[in-house]
Amino acid sequence: MSGEHEGPVGPVLDTSAPPDHAKKVADLKPDLLLTQEHNMCPGCGEPLALRVYLEALQELGVTQRSIMVAGIGCYTAFTSTVDVDLVQALHGRAPSVATGAKRMRPDAVVFTLQGDGDMVNEGLQEVLHTAARGEKVTCILLNNGVFGETGGHMTATSVLGQRTKNSLDGRDAEYHGYPILIGDLIARLQGAAYVARGSVHNAGAVARTKKMFRRAFESQLRGDGFTFVEVLTMCPTGWFIPTGDGPEYMHETLGEVHIMGELKVGGVVKTTEELHEENAARQREVEHALERGGLDR
Amino acid sequence: MTAVPTAERRLMEGSEAIAEAAIAAGCRFFAGYPMTPFTELLEHLAKKLPEVGGVCINAESELEAVGMAWGALATGARAATGSTGQGLSLMQESFSEITLAELPLVVFNMARGQQDYFQATRGGGHGDYRHLVLAPLDIAEAVELTQLAFHLADKWRNPVLVYGDYLLAHTHQAVSVEPVEFAPLPPKAWAVDGSGGGTGDSQLVTPLGLAKHGHEAPGIERHLRGITAKHADMESEEQRAETAFCDDAETVVVAFGTPAKFVRYVVSQLRAEGEKVGFVRPISLWPYPFGAVADATAGATTVAVFELCAGQMIDDVRLAVLGRAPIVPIGGISTDGSGFGVGPLLDAEVIRERVLAAHRGGVDAELPPLPVNERG
Repeated sequence: MSGEHEGPVGPVLDTSAPPDHAKKVADLKPDLLLTQEHNMCPGCGEPLALRVYLEALQELGVTQRSIMVAGIGCYTAFTSTVDVDLVQALHGRAPSVATGAKRMRPDAVVFTLQGDGDMVNEGLQEVLHTAARGEKVTCILLNNGVFGETGGHMTATSVLGQRTKNSLDGRDAEYHGYPILIGDLIARLQGAAYVARGSVHNAGAVARTKKMFRRAFESQLRGDGFTFVEVLTMCPTGWFIPTGDGPEYMHETLGEVHIMGELKVGGVVKTTEELHEENAARQREVEHALERGGLDR
Repeated sequence: MTAVPTAERRLMEGSEAIAEAAIAAGCRFFAGYPMTPFTELLEHLAKKLPEVGGVCINAESELEAVGMAWGALATGARAATGSTGQGLSLMQESFSEITLAELPLVVFNMARGQQDYFQATRGGGHGDYRHLVLAPLDIAEAVELTQLAFHLADKWRNPVLVYGDYLLAHTHQAVSVEPVEFAPLPPKAWAVDGSGGGTGDSQLVTPLGLAKHGHEAPGIERHLRGITAKHADMESEEQRAETAFCDDAETVVVAFGTPAKFVRYVVSQLRAEGEKVGFVRPISLWPYPFGAVADATAGATTVAVFELCAGQMIDDVRLAVLGRAPIVPIGGISTDGSGFGVGPLLDAEVIRERVLAAHRGGVDAELPPLPVNERG
């Protein structure tokens, strides 16, 4: 049963069960998940990202030659529930651990799962060097612009104006500095073969993100070089907003700074303007299609 | 362990001999960051590992070096890293957690003097973790102990540190790197090779005491207690020491590593001259051979400790002797001009004077002043 009831300070969303309209999604368990249960907060975007890269691995037929290296964050809880060989790394250190694993198991698809605090704060040099080295691994960043696990603190990807527990009046460039656009940074490194930034704020973005995972893993299998997929994920708890507002809030704040799209394909780096143009064209296409009565696929 | 003589005896730099020994032990992955006096070990492995199908990565920092070794170890490979104590300081977080992940890491410390005894035996990392620490006194012994290190790491699924120094790394000795045979070990059923995905039995290598859903997980408390129990077993089973001339010794000198070779020589010379002096050398620094040091010093009226630092191992000597005899520190800080190598204190004549002073004067011994490195 789900719904809302009135609490002492306002409406409380009952999260003891998924809302009815989400039931169907919740029932579809990817084969590479040992259980649907997780202890993420309601409205968290991380399980969606997890779901699509597990599906991508399965679709590519590499489930029995995959090694995942997990960083430390909320998503560390997935280490027990994904049915993939897994190595737990320290906060920030997953790219190096993945490097060692890949060098000893060159036939495996080796990928990391890290948050923005893990990768862009603590482990920035690790991911940059791994990319520059052209290490044939895929680093996956779940970017929600906040330290979710510690309870909502500013990270290196928090956008200007973003309120966190240690930027109470919003991130201020003068006082806190600017966010790092990690995907854009990595795309400019010679060793990086494929760099993409997805999002899970709506179904279309989820579908695009899954394609990005497929392309990254395929690129790794070809031995092209370092591959990188960043996914913007909702963290309504860490953003201090109502659960249901997460997708829209993310699209309008993080999504306006960390621009979704394929940042580097086949050695060609796209500028932020080009990504904006691509996304606008895609949006126009969707709107035209909807006017015509729906999308073909 | 038994040595199988197959290798050619030749003059080798210590770093090269250790690299050869690591490869003989099956090491196929190494990552390190250059730092004196460790650098040559990295150089030799960078050349030799690819020749046997292995990998040596010139890591971008010590943090990355130990992380890379972690990943290689998780796949079941024999892997190692190393540095000087300064570089190992940067790796301490990983050392702690690799121990809790029960990965068989081998670490080489080509130390500057003996200033890293505390770091090696107590550790600079967090939590209740222990590493086996082996301290060879020369290149020939380093060849054996390096191979033993890889064996013990796998046997206990616990890191093992080989404590060397500038002289061990940089001097040459005629040695043959003979593969040492050890008792067989069980297969590494815990390792990840990527094949577990989708089977319901995928592997999880973690320091956190977790297990995959549907499998029994110890949880963090039980996991940590299990590691502690293992360390207690290691402590009782892996003590190693060398003792000489201690039966009727009035003065026993304790030393480890390269300086112990000088001390052993001095003590044997003094014995030949009729002086009742003895010598005990911890080979394992952790576990410290408390029993052997206690036995060796049981009849002594003076215990002298020679170490090339301000006094670190002396704490363990105090624990071994437990007040039965006065303990006189006869070592000290002594470096060359660079601070990387050893200074004029590591000299048989100088050590002889200091041993004799302790032998004659006991707790009230007036030691000659520490020799000064005139070149600054």
